[in-house]
Amino acid sequence: MSINSINLIYLASATLFMLGIKYLSSPSTAKRGNFLSMIGMGAAIGITLTTPGLHGFTLITIGIIIGTVIGGYAAIKVKMTSMPEMVALFNGCGGAASALVAMAEFRVLGTEFDSFTLITLLLSMIIGGLTFTGSLMAYAKLQGLISTRPITYPGQQLINGAILLATLALAVLLFQDPGNMLVFSGILILSLLLGVLAVIPIGGADMPVIICLLNSYSGLAVSMTGFALNNNALIITGSLVGASGIFLTKIMCDAMNRSLANVLFSAFGQVVESADDTGEGPAGTMKGFELEDVATILANAGTLIIVPGYGMAAAQAQHATRDLGDYLGEQGVEVRYAIHPVAGRMPGHMNVLLAEADVPYDQLFALEDINDDFASTDVVLVIGANDVVNPAAKDNPSSPIYGMPVLDVEKATTVIVLKRSMSVGFAGIDNELFYKDNTMMLFGDAKSSLQKLVAAMKQ
Amino acid sequence: MDTGTIIIGLTIFVLACFAGAELIAKVPPTLHTPLMSGSNAISGIAIVGALLATGHSESINSVSLIGFLAVIFATINVVGGYTVTRRMLQMFKK
Repeated sequence: MSINSINLIYLASATLFMLGIKYLSSPSTAKRGNFLSMIGMGAAIGITLTTPGLHGFTLITIGIIIGTVIGGYAAIKVKMTSMPEMVALFNGCGGAASALVAMAEFRVLGTEFDSFTLITLLLSMIIGGLTFTGSLMAYAKLQGLISTRPITYPGQQLINGAILLATLALAVLLFQDPGNMLVFSGILILSLLLGVLAVIPIGGADMPVIICLLNSYSGLAVSMTGFALNNNALIITGSLVGASGIFLTKIMCDAMNRSLANVLFSAFGQVVESADDTGEGPAGTMKGFELEDVATILANAGTLIIVPGYGMAAAQAQHATRDLGDYLGEQGVEVRYAIHPVAGRMPGHMNVLLAEADVPYDQLFALEDINDDFASTDVVLVIGANDVVNPAAKDNPSSPIYGMPVLDVEKATTVIVLKRSMSVGFAGIDNELFYKDNTMMLFGDAKSSLQKLVAAMKQ
Repeated sequence: MDTGTIIIGLTIFVLACFAGAELIAKVPPTLHTPLMSGSNAISGIAIVGALLATGHSESINSVSLIGFLAVIFATINVVGGYTVTRRMLQMFKK
C-alpha cells in the first residue's frame, strides 16, 4: 500500500488508542475501550506488513509467534495478586523493543544521518534500555527475588550521577564520530546499568511510583523512536503512555505527600526504627486477642469498613475477605471498603483484587470519600494494611511518613487489625494504631484468620 | 530530516501529551491498574519499527536480527498487555 494510505491507517490506530483510554472512564464501557484499542493495534501491525519493499516475512512470523506464546501464556497464568510484577515485566519488554529498534535503525543509517535523528535515536535507546533493566529490577523486588529493602552503599548518588554524565559524554563523542560502534555499545551498556542502579535503592513500598514512572519512560522511548522514524503513530501513542505514566506517578506521590525526587533518592524504608518484634512500642504493648472475642465484636457491629492493604494480596485473602463481607452483609451489617491510593504495589491494585473476588465496585470508596465516616463507624477491619492507617502521619512530625494522607481508622469505635506478625510494615515504621486501647490485634495469616472468623460467627 | 518535519513532529507530540492528560484524568481510581496495563500494551506500538527493521533487507543480517528480537519483545508487550487488561476488566461488575 502507498505510504499515504499507511499513514492514514496509523492515524486511525492512534485514534482508537485514545478512544480506548476514553472508555476507561467507567467500568461499564472499559471492556469496549480495550477492544477498540486492540483493533487499533491489529490495524497498525497489519498495515505495516503491506509497506512497499518489506522483506523477511518468515522471520517476522516466527518473532510474532514466539512473542504471542510467551506474552499470552504469562498473561493467562498470572495471579491477580502478582499483577504489579507482571505489568513491570511487560513494560520492560516495551522498553527493550524501543531500544532494539533504535539500535537497528542506527545500523541501517550507518553514518548518514542528521543530528536530530541521532539525538532521538540515542534517547530512545537510553530511555528504552534503562526502562528494560529498571523494570526487571522492579519485578525482582516485587517477586522477592532480591531484597525489598533499599540497597544502598556509600556515594551511591555520586556514582549514579557519574554514570549519567559518562553516558552523555559518550553521546557527545558519538556526534563527532557517528559510525563508532564501540562508543555506541558503551552508551547502551551504561543505560542498562543505570536502570539497575536507579531502582535498587528504592524500597518495596515505593514500587507503585516506580512502576508508574517506568511506564511513562517506555512511552517516552516510543515517542523518540517515532521522531527518528518520522512515524506519527509512534509519536502520538508514546506521548499518551508517557502522559498516563506521569499522571499516575503524580497521584502516587501526592498520596504519600512526597516529591518524586524524595521517592527516587531517599532510600525510604531503609531504617527500621527500634527492634520491636517484642511488641513493645511507643504507647504500650500490642494486645493480641482471641479469635472468638474478635468474632463477637464483628458479629455485633452495625456498620463495618474493611481496609485492605498489601498483606491481603500477599496472603491471597481477597476471596476470604469477600466471604466475610458477604456474610456480615446478609446479617444486615452495612459493609463498605476503604481503598487508600497507595495500598498495594500498584495504582488500583486493591480494586482489581476485590473485583476478582466479585466485590461490587460501588462498595469501594476512595480515601477522600470515606474518611469522614470512620468516626461514626462501629468496626473497622484492617487486613494487612499498615502505613496507610498509621496515625503518626498526622500527629508525629518526626515520623518519616508525617504529612501523608491516611485513613482515620482509629476514630471508629473498635479497630480490628489482622496482621501476620508483630514486625513493622514495609516502610519500616512503627504504627501507634496497634497499641491503642480501641484496637484489637489478631495475629496470623490473613486468609486463615478471615475463614476462621466467618466460621466462628456462623456458630 | 528537514526542520519542517521536525516541527510537525514536535507539534503532534505536544498536542498528544495534553490530549492524553485530559483523557487520563477522567479514569477513576478503580480502573488505574487496567489503565496502566492498557497503556502499557499500546506502548508496544514500537512493534511497527521492529517489523520495518526485521524486513529491511532480503538477506538476514545484523539489522534484521536486532529487529527480530525487537518483534519478540514488542509482541510480548502487546499480547500480554491486552490479555491481562481484558482479564481484569472482565472482573469489574456492579
